[in-house]
Amino acid sequence: MWRWRQQLLRLKSHGSDGKARAMIDDIVVQVKAARDGALARLVAAATSDDVRAVEIDVLGKKGSLTDLKTGLGKLATIEEKKQAGSALNEAASTVAEALAARLSELRRAERAVQLEVERVDLTEIMRQPQRGHAHVVTQAWQRLEDVFVGLGFQVAEGPEVETDWYNFEALNMPANHPARSMHDTFYVDHGAPGSTVLRTHTSPVQMRVMQTVAPPIYMIMPGRVFRNETTDATHLAVFHQIEGLVIDRGITLADLAGTIEAFTKSFFGPGFTSRLRPSYFPFTEPSAEFDIRTPSGQWLELGGSGMVHPNVLRAGGLDPEEWSGFAFGFGIDRMAKERHGINDVREMYSNDIRFLEQF
Amino acid sequence: MKIVHSWLNDLVPVGDDIDAVADLITNLGLAVEDVAHVGGSVAGVITARVLRTERHPDAAKVHRVFVDAGDGVERHVWCGAFNMQAGDIIPLATPGTVMPDGRAIEPKPILGISSDGMLCSSRELGLGDDHSGILILPGDVPLGVPYGEALGLGEEIVYDLDVLRNRPDCYGHLGVARDVAAKLGVELTPAPAHVDPVEPARSATVKIVDGDRCARFTTVVISGIVVGPSPDWMRRRLSAAGMRPLNNVVDVSNYVMLECNQPNHPYDLDTLGGGGFIVRRAKEGEEIVTLDDVTRAMSAADLLICDADDVPIGIGGIMGAKNSEIRDSTTTVALEMAWFEPNAIMASANKLGLRSEASARFERGVDPFGMGRAGSRFVELLRITCPDLVVHAGGVDERSSDLPRPNVVAVRPAAVSALLGTNFDVDAIRAIIEPIGFSCEPTAAGAVTVLTPTWRPDCTMEVDLVEEVARHYGYERLGKTVPKSTIPGGLTALQHRRRRLREVLLGLGISEAMPHPFLAADDLAKAGLPGEAVRLTNPLAAGDDVLRASLRPGLLKAIAFNESHRQVGVSLFEIGHVYPPSDDVLPAEYEALAVVLAGAQAADAVAVWRELASAMGWGARLDQSNVPAGTHPARSATLSLGRDPVGVVGEIHPDVADAFEVTERVAILELNLSVLLANEPSVPRWKPTSRFPSSDLDLALVVPDSVTAEKVDKAIRQSAGALLVDLQLFDVYRGAAAGDGARSLAYRLRLQSADRTLTDDDVAAVRTKVEAATSKLGATLRS
Repeated sequence: MWRWRQQLLRLKSHGSDGKARAMIDDIVVQVKAARDGALARLVAAATSDDVRAVEIDVLGKKGSLTDLKTGLGKLATIEEKKQAGSALNEAASTVAEALAARLSELRRAERAVQLEVERVDLTEIMRQPQRGHAHVVTQAWQRLEDVFVGLGFQVAEGPEVETDWYNFEALNMPANHPARSMHDTFYVDHGAPGSTVLRTHTSPVQMRVMQTVAPPIYMIMPGRVFRNETTDATHLAVFHQIEGLVIDRGITLADLAGTIEAFTKSFFGPGFTSRLRPSYFPFTEPSAEFDIRTPSGQWLELGGSGMVHPNVLRAGGLDPEEWSGFAFGFGIDRMAKERHGINDVREMYSNDIRFLEQF
Repeated sequence: MKIVHSWLNDLVPVGDDIDAVADLITNLGLAVEDVAHVGGSVAGVITARVLRTERHPDAAKVHRVFVDAGDGVERHVWCGAFNMQAGDIIPLATPGTVMPDGRAIEPKPILGISSDGMLCSSRELGLGDDHSGILILPGDVPLGVPYGEALGLGEEIVYDLDVLRNRPDCYGHLGVARDVAAKLGVELTPAPAHVDPVEPARSATVKIVDGDRCARFTTVVISGIVVGPSPDWMRRRLSAAGMRPLNNVVDVSNYVMLECNQPNHPYDLDTLGGGGFIVRRAKEGEEIVTLDDVTRAMSAADLLICDADDVPIGIGGIMGAKNSEIRDSTTTVALEMAWFEPNAIMASANKLGLRSEASARFERGVDPFGMGRAGSRFVELLRITCPDLVVHAGGVDERSSDLPRPNVVAVRPAAVSALLGTNFDVDAIRAIIEPIGFSCEPTAAGAVTVLTPTWRPDCTMEVDLVEEVARHYGYERLGKTVPKSTIPGGLTALQHRRRRLREVLLGLGISEAMPHPFLAADDLAKAGLPGEAVRLTNPLAAGDDVLRASLRPGLLKAIAFNESHRQVGVSLFEIGHVYPPSDDVLPAEYEALAVVLAGAQAADAVAVWRELASAMGWGARLDQSNVPAGTHPARSATLSLGRDPVGVVGEIHPDVADAFEVTERVAILELNLSVLLANEPSVPRWKPTSRFPSSDLDLALVVPDSVTAEKVDKAIRQSAGALLVDLQLFDVYRGAAAGDGARSLAYRLRLQSADRTLTDDDVAAVRTKVEAATSKLGATLRS
């Protein structure tokens, strides 16, 4: 098209110099014939290649209309040249339009054929990229962290092998304290006999936090803990706990209840509520178990809590007359177990890829 | 602790709404874990009168019994026992009844005639061993009622309480009753009347040798005893509470213990050597045969109760000796009640592996002044079966200076209110704690001086009283508030970095494992890892002997496990602590990452490392000349940060794979996260992307095997200069064309300028420089 117009312009500027004189009527007739022939061929064209052939035959360098253009110079008068040129232009643009229309029509049809040929069954999947699967306990751990972070808590960590002082003594369980018998403790051969334990709870981190962070303290302490008890479907010797510690001025038992309630609603859902129930732990007083109530009205025991015992505050270097606080803790593994309906906790630590990839 | 409802109800009227009582007790901090219905009738078994019996000509071993169960309908039962007559009242198990042995009663027809149930023997009802015939019930009972009514079998409801360490008093019904009475605002049943001893005086002498271990020892002589069975109600309650009824003397002794939390021991005075007691530490190796018929060797840490001839007759606070039992012929007892030091009882019971109802109570701490009430109760109860008993004057009460005294605690209402978030004044505090035995004396300063009851050894500080106030006021009434924190919540930078690391690993298709942190003693050696491990002093199982000093053995076990379950090509990672030994206060615990790729090659592990390093901003040097322990010597490298090794990358040594029974190749990456995560990574700076076209230059270099690709890489980067925007090693060829001891490394250099279109001359210049630089390494350009 573009090339043809160039030629046409050239033609217009030089045509009057031609010597041969042709009959204007003859040219007009030929133009019409060429046009009609082209249009007829376009109608009959079956492929885009057929259309391109028409383009070459009619509008190409040696096309019939192009040939006729070269003959314009032979006409006698400007008037004749104008008349024939206009007829030629009209025919050429008619052909060009028809050509474009037919080409687009045929391309659409050809694309439609191509698309249908390319049809695949999207359920015939032979391989797919594999994501890695985070451990269920990690998933629960991070969900818990996220909820507590949202409630304004920071996250602290500590060693899993601990001194007797951090695990027991500083937590108001001096040597021979009867409550030590509530903990089935793993001891390790390190230092003086009985001086080093695998932490039986995450509470030693409380003590490390108190010693290193000036209050106010709003911390949670997730981590691995150890109990020397026989493993079965619901008990593990190695498992995970998350513990919370708040130390500030004027912290009350009601603040503990309110924090547990806020956690319950954000972690389990707005339909859940919580309650505190008197209990006993050496490191808190008053102490409380906390239970959650499911929307169906069932109470589930979740964990232990209480106001940080003055002896524990003192061991952490804080004056109980100035600071008060609360602590709470519960199992992480159980969150994963309940969420996914895993009825044997040992399965969670089988490292069986068939288990890991379920979550 | 099993609390029997009827027993509790004797001490404090609690009504018969069992769920409400259980909730009440739970909310006092004495969690009711279970409510059981003990004894009583088997549901569905009712009284019926035998109307007539009839033989059937075709049935030799059974006959037909027609009964009336009070509804006027004649019922027919096939029965294999023949001991009943018309008019007898017998227990009829109606169809649908589930017998104590689990058998369900169905209308099973015999000879085409169905049976309306089953007549029961004693044994079938779980009442004893008698299966000689159908149980004939005493007459004179209504028909169609539970058979237990005819037998005086009452059902007992038992609350199973989780009594925690701070409440020794609740190991007796009285302690629970006291709390319940205060909560309900009702009076506790008054204490039994004090018993006035009478002449003639009779004494059982007492000599306490070790007063630090036994701070009080009382005896009183009671005569006129006739040993026989206890009343049904007492036997029933003892059974329900988990104790076997024996005879009236032993039963009363146990009953008093379960009620008053005062273990006690009635000794037959006629067989008590020297008519008295000596309380002393055992001699090393001294032997005693305890009531459970076991001969036990004592140590100096154990306390013995001896008769006045110094013959051991009991382990103090734990268990009596075989020779101290009450006999059927006993008429006179010396009733002993004592207070033993709790920690020593616990240690002794632990060491001997001998726990008894008495030791469980003494090790928690019984009331050092509870003998009076317990003694009176003993007499009151024994008098039911021995109306002629005599309590003799001459009782002995030996005490040592170690006997605990009541605690005096100053309680400030402001402190109580501050901790509970609700205001309590002096009157409110008194109203709450006086009913549970605390006596209060207001001070001029607005505080209260509290004298704690001797049965509450746990109450020694103000905060203990705060808990008592909260407990009896009700936790649920203290409200729920949220503290106003000024601290922003969030993860630390390190924690954020750990999460990112985990996400990248997961994105690489590697799943997270959590192997056990304990290893068998030889696991580290099997993994080819040097060094000692920290031993567990008291491992739970063989194979869990040491703390891991490396994550590697655990993950190799996981790979082996998966292989053995036909799961090959498994990729796992673990982020966890390892605990190598140290001379410090604690082992040299640190956080590590290990990645194992089963069925993969060293290059795959290096690729993981590169991706992690890029994502985390880690730069560590890969040093293949430093082969880490336990790895393939020709396919592994140490990752170093400065001079410090921070990791391992490569492949597991085939010997190690063999040792762990892993058949696949295993690529491995290990990193010390305590080091790597601690460093703040540099933040990537923006480099403008060029608008000008880039040119690619492919170079195949034949490089001697002695020269690492890393060196070639470095030489290319340095020589190519600023125009080099990307460098890829895209082909490695070893073979004849590369020659011996060398390989061909094909690199694609992408060249681009920030400010112009490169010319052929630019590209040629780079090519020349690279060729020159690499030729110094012995590389030649492959044509």
